[in-house]
Amino acid sequence: MYRYDEFDAAFVADRLNQFSDQVARRLSGELTEEQFRIHRLMNGVYLQLHAYMLRIAIPYGTLSSRQLRKLAYIARRFDKGFGHFTTRQNIQFNWPALKDVPEILSELASVEMHAIQTSGNCIRNVTADHFAGASADEIEDPRPYAEILRQWSSIHPEFTYLPRKFKLALSGSPHDRAAIQVHDIGYQLVKNDKGETGFAVYVGGGLGRTPMVGHKIRDFLRVEDLLAYTQAIVRVYNLEGRRDNKYKARIKILVHEKGVEAMREAVEAEFAAEKSELLALPAGEVERIQAYFAPPALQERAEASLAVEARRARDPAFAAFVDTNVAKHKRAGYGVLTMSLKPIGGIPGDATAEQMELVADIAETFSHDEIRVSHEQNLVLPHVALDDLPAIYDALKADGLATANAGLVSDIISCPGMDYCSLATARSIPVAQRISERFGEGARAKDIGALKIKISGCINACGHHHVGHIGVLGLERKGVETYQLTLGGSGDEACTLGDITGPGFSYDDVVDAIETVVDTYMGLRADAQEDFLTAYRRVGMAPFKKALYERDSGADI
Amino acid sequence: MSQVISANRLSDGIVVFRAPDGGWVEQLRDAEILADAAAVKAALVLVEQDVKANRVIEVEAFAVAIKDDHVEPVHLRDKIRAKGPTIHPGHGKQAAL
Repeated sequence: MYRYDEFDAAFVADRLNQFSDQVARRLSGELTEEQFRIHRLMNGVYLQLHAYMLRIAIPYGTLSSRQLRKLAYIARRFDKGFGHFTTRQNIQFNWPALKDVPEILSELASVEMHAIQTSGNCIRNVTADHFAGASADEIEDPRPYAEILRQWSSIHPEFTYLPRKFKLALSGSPHDRAAIQVHDIGYQLVKNDKGETGFAVYVGGGLGRTPMVGHKIRDFLRVEDLLAYTQAIVRVYNLEGRRDNKYKARIKILVHEKGVEAMREAVEAEFAAEKSELLALPAGEVERIQAYFAPPALQERAEASLAVEARRARDPAFAAFVDTNVAKHKRAGYGVLTMSLKPIGGIPGDATAEQMELVADIAETFSHDEIRVSHEQNLVLPHVALDDLPAIYDALKADGLATANAGLVSDIISCPGMDYCSLATARSIPVAQRISERFGEGARAKDIGALKIKISGCINACGHHHVGHIGVLGLERKGVETYQLTLGGSGDEACTLGDITGPGFSYDDVVDAIETVVDTYMGLRADAQEDFLTAYRRVGMAPFKKALYERDSGADI
Repeated sequence: MSQVISANRLSDGIVVFRAPDGGWVEQLRDAEILADAAAVKAALVLVEQDVKANRVIEVEAFAVAIKDDHVEPVHLRDKIRAKGPTIHPGHGKQAAL
């Protein structure tokens, strides 16, 4: 894992001192709220529906056990004993007092963490594939490049006041688990004809009120040009992005209005004009950062595990857990384990302090001290020996962390919605809970197969509903919650935005409507191997629309 | 329609409601019910002092209905603010009710 050098430590310490002083001056009345707001946002402190909310950055979703234990400590000491993992691989605490925030940030700094740039119109936490460095299908670990981008973008003086927020994501595998095409910039690691590693570059993706899939503006960018090219993109955006209307201020609107070709030309011209040795990444420096992310020393193991097979034969629940939650690792005899934060009927992404401590202990014992946070609001142990799965399963099960639903219908992404968020127009978590209870994790969920349901409680789309196979958008109509469904969205390498089914459904009816969609799919799929998305792409909206709206009840608006 | 003035306490962000004595209380049942727009306007002028004194932030008035001496916000958002997350009966103001 990356460890702070003296520059990282000094900048976090400096910012902590600055912000602690700003909080003290705010509490004493020396600063007005108007003067203070931008400082608190730049340090991750929001004001939500019930209290302040603190959003803490987890760069590229990678945590050590020590860091996760510190988050557990903060949850218990300063909050209400739990935290919420988000779709940007961050964690949010829902109840911190402003007066305690400097102490919380000081605790975080002691484990090389902070909340800088988790809000505001700046470059936000850089995200990456949560299976990075472990997955069998990977070209190269993207996290060293994410770390380089993190260092470069942290309090970058030119890019601290952009027209709007700016999000970068990286994937090192051809199968995109990081949703890079719905980010302001998405970097996909690729190999060229000569076998060299570089990046395909996507620009102008994003969700929110104007969802757009990013455009590939370059097939191959040399690794050494990563910062120079990123600078060129952000600089074109900073100069030309709209500041007159916050709803049109993201780079996706600039790309849309300017045109992809014109955007490409502008970026390439800026890149050519400004290309200098100053921003070229020296190979030695890349190697130095890569060394922090070197794979752990994994001993040789047999491809199959006798321990797993023996337990599997006598324990169907364990077998389901392994089949659903363990992905293929680069190394024989190892797996990448998803620990679902979606217990049936639970709150997606929430983890108690006790659960965080348990995961930290398990990671220390069984996964080389490393945990990942996925944008799908789950936790991941990246390097697990298959032989250890029975012991890990038993430990997880004792604390409600062994739900066998990774990638299934009850593994739902949900934003906090109106239960916490001051921007929300409807609740989203209780809808997720009801869907989860309807389908569960048992035989029915397994039969339905791979299905991503994503729920947002307003058009800002923090729940990524546009790229859900089934997307749910909570709105308010005439003072009442109503839920619009979209079908056929996908956030992977074949990225598409979902199509709206038609009129929305009430809070009471939306789960029935989703069940109608799922039942319709089950009735028309070619066979059990044809998953929901594939089937939808084959048959289109018509059969689903018919099932939803040409019936006696359900369509109530 | 009757209204209540709410805000967030500066030091910890907790939602508070303006009381009849001009102070701030954490439970809606203890809040001052303002009968009309004129009363709201007059109260908001007074509340400005608490904003300037850095006691509260994000002042807003919201509609309430009174049934059998029980005060209930009209809109769902305000109901959730007055009680706490619907998904966590143990957290927020509802925990003390």
